[in-house]
Amino acid sequence: MSTTTATLDNTALHGDTGTALRFITCGSVDDGKSTLIGRLLVDSKTVLQDQLAGVQRGGETDLALLTDGLSAEREQGITIDVAYRYFSTARRKFIIGDAPGHEQYTRNMVTAASAADAAVVLVDATKLAWAAEVEDGTVVKRELLPQTRRHTLLAHLLRVQSIVFAVNKLDAIDDAGLAFERISTALNAFAEAAGVQVAAIVPISALKGWNVATRHADWVGYEGPSLLELLEELPVTVQDEAVPFAFPVQWVEKFSSSADTSQGRRVFWGRVASGHVEPGQRVTVLPSNQTATVAQVLSHTRQPKVVHAGHSAGIVLDREVDVSRGDWLLAPGAFEPVREITATVAWLDDEPLVAGRVYWALQGHRWVKAKVARIVDRVNITTLESEPATQLEANSIGDVVLSLQQPLAVLPFTQSRALGSLVLVDTASHKTSAAVLVQPAAAKA
Amino acid sequence: MNARTETELLLPPMHSPARLSNTHLDALEEETVFILREVAAAFERPTLLFSGGKDSLVLLKCAEKAFGAGRIPYPLLMIDTGHNFPEVTAYRDQRAEELGADLIVRSVEDSMARGTVRLAHPGESRNAHQSVTLLEAIEEFRFDALIGGARRDEEKARAKERIFSHRDSFGQWQPKDQRPELWTLFNTRLAPGEHFRVFPISNWTELDVWQYIEREHVGLPSIYYTHKREVVERRGLLVPVTDLTPARDGETVQVRDVRFRTVGDITTTCPVESLAADAGDVVLETLSVDVSERGATRMDDMTSEASMEKRKKDGYF
Repeated sequence: MSTTTATLDNTALHGDTGTALRFITCGSVDDGKSTLIGRLLVDSKTVLQDQLAGVQRGGETDLALLTDGLSAEREQGITIDVAYRYFSTARRKFIIGDAPGHEQYTRNMVTAASAADAAVVLVDATKLAWAAEVEDGTVVKRELLPQTRRHTLLAHLLRVQSIVFAVNKLDAIDDAGLAFERISTALNAFAEAAGVQVAAIVPISALKGWNVATRHADWVGYEGPSLLELLEELPVTVQDEAVPFAFPVQWVEKFSSSADTSQGRRVFWGRVASGHVEPGQRVTVLPSNQTATVAQVLSHTRQPKVVHAGHSAGIVLDREVDVSRGDWLLAPGAFEPVREITATVAWLDDEPLVAGRVYWALQGHRWVKAKVARIVDRVNITTLESEPATQLEANSIGDVVLSLQQPLAVLPFTQSRALGSLVLVDTASHKTSAAVLVQPAAAKA
Repeated sequence: MNARTETELLLPPMHSPARLSNTHLDALEEETVFILREVAAAFERPTLLFSGGKDSLVLLKCAEKAFGAGRIPYPLLMIDTGHNFPEVTAYRDQRAEELGADLIVRSVEDSMARGTVRLAHPGESRNAHQSVTLLEAIEEFRFDALIGGARRDEEKARAKERIFSHRDSFGQWQPKDQRPELWTLFNTRLAPGEHFRVFPISNWTELDVWQYIEREHVGLPSIYYTHKREVVERRGLLVPVTDLTPARDGETVQVRDVRFRTVGDITTTCPVESLAADAGDVVLETLSVDVSERGATRMDDMTSEASMEKRKKDGYF
């Protein structure tokens, strides 16, 4: 076999590969997400011959089959769960999460979005009534599809740093320029109403590869970069470093010997949630409320180091204090642990959330019981209005008040991803039922 | 991957690790170490699946960094088909001893003797039958977490799997009903008899693995590098000629310069033609390949498009 396909474009050895971009593709069913990813992989020469041979159907290449890896997905022609794919260009490494479009699999989209630096929301131009201004005497509102709204809102709620709309299938429309203009207007109007910042709107044809990897000149009046060029430039998620030091204890390592670096003490391992940690710093332990001074800080590979938010550290304290897995080490006086929080939840379980029920809640590495004190409201995906609700069904978004069995140090999710995020777990089925984003009101409570 | 055609075009200084921009390896290593510690803390009876293959050796290197040599807090488990390359088992034992780790070996042949594994015919590959032996070992030791070296870039079904992947009390994967995995808040709650499979190098690619092996000087069984071997050509693959896999009528046995890209059961693993003598050479070759790691080498994956998914549902690694 030949190696003539070798290409420098497909090396990971150039440019700043330290900042791999994690992005997801999302949007409604059949908007072309899997085809887009297939196109990115093929055009960046990541797909190898045997994989391409595996997706030939009747002489045609079906790019979607490159990521639809489950037999149920191939049978039904839909994406059920996230497929992660890896590719590089000359300038950057990428990790793609191909998220499912069906409403019933929203939980898998949320899984992908929680780790993403960017979201590409696909919009199928052929599904929108963009042409008619007036029909049967009434002005036609150019409604976006519910899943376009839902996924955009979820990506925004989860603080995905950059949200990009890719208007797809414009090659199948006669007056593509007008369609792109009007759909862009509708997208901008929706984003403005929802408070979503849009990084870019790019017209593409995933099927034909227009504006995907390479620019398609003189088309629909668009002069900007191709989608891939854009992705090469997008920032990775910025850590919440301005927030005071907080550190969830993941694992306690005990040394019996006093001869090693830990001087016979215990090392508390975990990932710095906010701020940074260095020797000499004072810390308070939640929940014991004892204080101590940091004697030594180790990097994830056990080298002495000042460790910043987002990175793993091993912390040795100057004296024996009561610390176990699940506890937090906090900057003294910086946090006020609370027993009640107001939070936005993305409900992911088929069994609805009901007021009065008790769930397990996980924050950092700490498990506490959480009771749904009340449901504040639910977001209407179409109107973006709040509406009253007595329960939250699967895939809905709403605000709830949770009362906690033990106090937690929380911050609004908008200030700190690590201190503002929890998951709820069903105590009977053990399913992960919700993503919980702490709201500002609670932090003051 | 015949010879090393045109790799000369690919920047000679790439042989020098210092010249590589591989800070992304630090990020991958840190993620892996975080997951390895999470397993140590969240489970009562975890084990690390260790085959002596390159992915499990990389995993073990990360475990050594996470815990220190001699301090890895879980035993190593190997499921032995009885059809191993001797270089691999020898290296496996040597490495376990160096690290002072507990190595548990459970054998498909024992399952056959018990009658829990029945081969359709004596020559049948034992690869898929490892699932039975694995599930028996899980029951015997009541393991609640098994750490594996599978990567998402290997195969389409693996690309779908969570890092903490739940298994029901029959050891089965439910690909249509995976738990959401949000941020790094891992839901490790289990009912009795259930367990987790945990994949700390999910986000590594084949190239990342080789770059890491080069950078960290991770030792590997010799058959990962070029050596002369008797092979026959069969359905586009180079099939090693061994006692277990003799040449068939009409096939010509040739001696070729080969290396293995993956190492598994002798009856299902094929080498590729290569002169790569060290990890740096392999990095260069990996940059220029046009066939995937498993596509070039695994007879078992080619049987049907869903064969990995099916095996995983049955409890496979």
